[in-house]
Amino acid sequence: MTTPPPAKITIERLSVQYRDGTESLRDISLSIPAHQITVLFGPAGGGKSTLLRALNRLNDLVDGVRVTGRILLDGEEISGPGVDTVALRRRVGMVFAQPVPLPMSIRQNVVYGLELAGVRDAARREWELEKALRAAALWDEVQDRLDAPAVALSGGQQQRLCLARVLALEPEVILLDEPTSGLDPISTAKVEQSLQEIKRLYTVVIVPHSVQQAARLADQAAFFLQGELVETAAGRELFVTPREARTNDYVTGRFG
Amino acid sequence: MSRHTTQRLAFALLTLAAIVTTAPIVLIVGYIAATGLPAVSWEFLTTMPRDGMRAGGIWPAIVGTGLLTAGTGLVAVPLGIAAAIYLAEYAKDTTLTRAIRIAIINLAGIPSVVYGLFGLGLFVLFLNFGTSILAGCLTLAIMTLPVIISTAEEALRAVPQSFRVVSISLGGTKWQTIRRVVLPQALPGILTGVILGLERAAGETAPILFTAAAFFLPQLPGSAMDATMALPYHLFVISTQIPGMPIQIQYGTALVLLVFVLSMNLIATVIRARARAQRQW
Ligand SMILES: Nc1ncnc2c1ncn2[C@@H]1O[C@H](COP(=O)(O)OP(=O)(O)OP(=O)(O)O)[C@@H](O)[C@H]1O
Ligand SMILES: [Mg+2]
Repeated sequence: MTTPPPAKITIERLSVQYRDGTESLRDISLSIPAHQITVLFGPAGGGKSTLLRALNRLNDLVDGVRVTGRILLDGEEISGPGVDTVALRRRVGMVFAQPVPLPMSIRQNVVYGLELAGVRDAARREWELEKALRAAALWDEVQDRLDAPAVALSGGQQQRLCLARVLALEPEVILLDEPTSGLDPISTAKVEQSLQEIKRLYTVVIVPHSVQQAARLADQAAFFLQGELVETAAGRELFVTPREARTNDYVTGRFG
Repeated sequence: MSRHTTQRLAFALLTLAAIVTTAPIVLIVGYIAATGLPAVSWEFLTTMPRDGMRAGGIWPAIVGTGLLTAGTGLVAVPLGIAAAIYLAEYAKDTTLTRAIRIAIINLAGIPSVVYGLFGLGLFVLFLNFGTSILAGCLTLAIMTLPVIISTAEEALRAVPQSFRVVSISLGGTKWQTIRRVVLPQALPGILTGVILGLERAAGETAPILFTAAAFFLPQLPGSAMDATMALPYHLFVISTQIPGMPIQIQYGTALVLLVFVLSMNLIATVIRARARAQRQW
C-alpha cells in the first residue's frame, strides 16, 4: 500500500447558498492532494464553479452568499471571516472559462499581479514574465510583440496569457474553470500539456469542459451532481469502474 | 399609396424635421458670428472696458469666467469623482444609497437661480465670504456636482465587471483594482462629464449674480475673496442695463462666450471619439 499524497487543501462539510436560496453545494468533503491534477466534473449547475470560487474566496464578491463548513490550505483555515483574502488569492490563482485580458499590453497583463504585490524590481518582473509565458506555452508566439494590446491575441492565445498571468504570481494552487471551452483542439492540447508540466510545481484543480478531458487529465476525479459530491476516486477509476450508477450514467453519456 | 411612395414621404418628413431642429442653431450661431465678429479684435479681447463699457474690451470678464470655471473645477471635480467612485464601487444597494442617487438626479434639475440664492444665503452671508470668486466657485460647484457625479458613475459602471473580478483574483485590493483598471477605463467618460458640467458653469449667470459677479471693476480681482466680472453677467449688463450700447460689442461678447463654451464641448467630443476608437471592450 502506498500512503496517500499529502493534502494541500482539505474541504470539510462545505455548503454554499446564494441569496436567492439556491443551495449550490451541499455538505461537500474533499481532500485535494498536492502536485496533482484534481478534476471536478459533472453536468451544468452542479456547483463546480461555486467550489472553485470558494477556494480563493471569489464568492465574497457575490452579495448575500452563505458559506458554512471549513476549507483548510496547508492545515490553515481559509474559509472563515478574518482571512487575508488578498494574500490568499496570491497563493490560489484562478483561470476563468472566458479569457479576460485586462485592457493593457501583453507584458502588463502578465506582470500585473506582481506589480500589485509590490514587486518593484523590473529585472525580476521581466524574468518572471518570460518564465510564465514559457510555462504557458505562449512565449514563442508573443516574444516579439510583448507591448501589443492583449486583446489582439487569438482566443487560444488569450487563454494561455491568462494562465501565464496566474503562473507569474507563483501561486501554490491553480484553479481552472473550463479553461479550454472556447479553444480549438490544438490550443486545448497545448494548455493540457502545460498543465501536465506545471503540476510538478503547483497543485491544480480543474473543471474540464468534457468527460474526455476529465479522463485525460485526472490524477483524482470528483463527480458533482446538483450540489452534491457523488463520488471521488484516484486516477481514471471513475471513468472506468465508477461505483455509483449516477456517475456511470454520466460518464457513459446516458445523461448530462 | 404604394410602399415606395410611403417610404419616400417618410424620408422627406424626417429630413424636414432634422432641418427644422438644426436650423435655429445654425441661424443663432450664424447671426451672432456675423454681427459680433467685426467687434472682436485683439484689443477687444485684451483690454479693460472704457467709456462706461461702451468701448474698449472685455478682458476682465474673460479672466473672471476663466477663474470661476477653473475654481469650480478645482472643487467639483475631485469631490464629484470621489462621490461617483463611492456610489459605483463601494456603496451597497441600500435605501440610503438609493435616496442619495435620487437626490442627485433631482439636484440636476433645480433651476440655476435657486442655486444662486442658496449660495447667497450660505456662502456670501452665513459664512461671510462676501460677494467673491470663492463664493461663486462654491455655488457653481454645487450646481455642477450632480452632472459630474452621475456621468462619472455611469462611466464607472460601464467598465465590465469581469475586469474587476480578474484583478481581484490576481491578488488586487479593491482600491488597486479601481485605480489601475476601472478608473483608467472610465476616464474618458468621466472627463466628458466634467467638461459638460464646467461648460454649464461657465455659461450660467444666475448662480454668480448674487455670489460673485460685479457690474464693473476698474481692475482685475486680486484674490479669491474679491468679486469679479464674468462673461455671462457682463453680457446681461451690457444688453439690458446700459443705454446707447453699441450692438457689435454685445454680440462680440456673446460670440466670445459662445466660442468659450463650444470649444469646451468640442474638447469633450474629441475625447469621447478617441476613447471609443481605442476602447478594447
Ligand atoms: N451568483 C449566483 N447567484 C445565484 N445563484 C448562482 C450564482 N452562481 C451560481 N448559482 C447557482 O448555483 C448553482 C451551481 O452553479 P455553478 O456555476 O457552481 O455550477 P457549475 O457546476 O459550474 O455549472 P456549469 O457546468 O454550467 O459551469 C446553479 O444552480 C446556479 O444557478
Ligand atoms: Mg461553471
